Amino acid sequence: MKVGRVIGTVTSTVNHEFFDGRRLLVCDLVDRGRTTNDYLICVDRVGAGVGETVVILDEGTSARQMFAIETGPIRSVVVGIVDDIHEQETGTEPPPL
Amino acid sequence: MKLGLVRGAVVATVKTPAMDGMKLLVVQPLNTAQEPDGDVVVAADAVFQAGRGDLVYFVASREAAEAMEPQFVPVDHAIVGIVDAVDIPT
Repeated sequence: MKVGRVIGTVTSTVNHEFFDGRRLLVCDLVDRGRTTNDYLICVDRVGAGVGETVVILDEGTSARQMFAIETGPIRSVVVGIVDDIHEQETGTEPPPL
Repeated sequence: MKLGLVRGAVVATVKTPAMDGMKLLVVQPLNTAQEPDGDVVVAADAVFQAGRGDLVYFVASREAAEAMEPQFVPVDHAIVGIVDAVDIPT
């Protein structure tokens, strides 16, 4: 899974039938609190909104299982809203015991 | 999925039988500012209505074949939606 930040939404009328009624979020991918140059358009599964940090599932078979379908062009799904991330900056780990 | 701009069409008379009837479009991947981002790809049109100048979103890899009917076709990019609006508040 990946960490992302929701920056916007995409709407469409003409789309593959799987996306009928689905909410699509534009998510910048985040590395150590900073947005990267990469992004994903994801299907929303948790009601995330613009500005929120989220967990993104980016694997097709798992995504299709989530939506209980055998086939469908789905891979990236927002599956969680992040409250907080605790991580140490590289190089500040305590010395090994 | 990523945003893309349809730049044209590809016509191929000789192709593997599983691709018969498939519409192939040239798509320029875009970043969130809708600027070109990466190399152009040839994508199958899974919505059958995309054309030059359309802003679309597309899937890659295995999910592209999943977008097509039947699902076992040799494609690695497929257009799955024509964008009405991208709303990114500043």
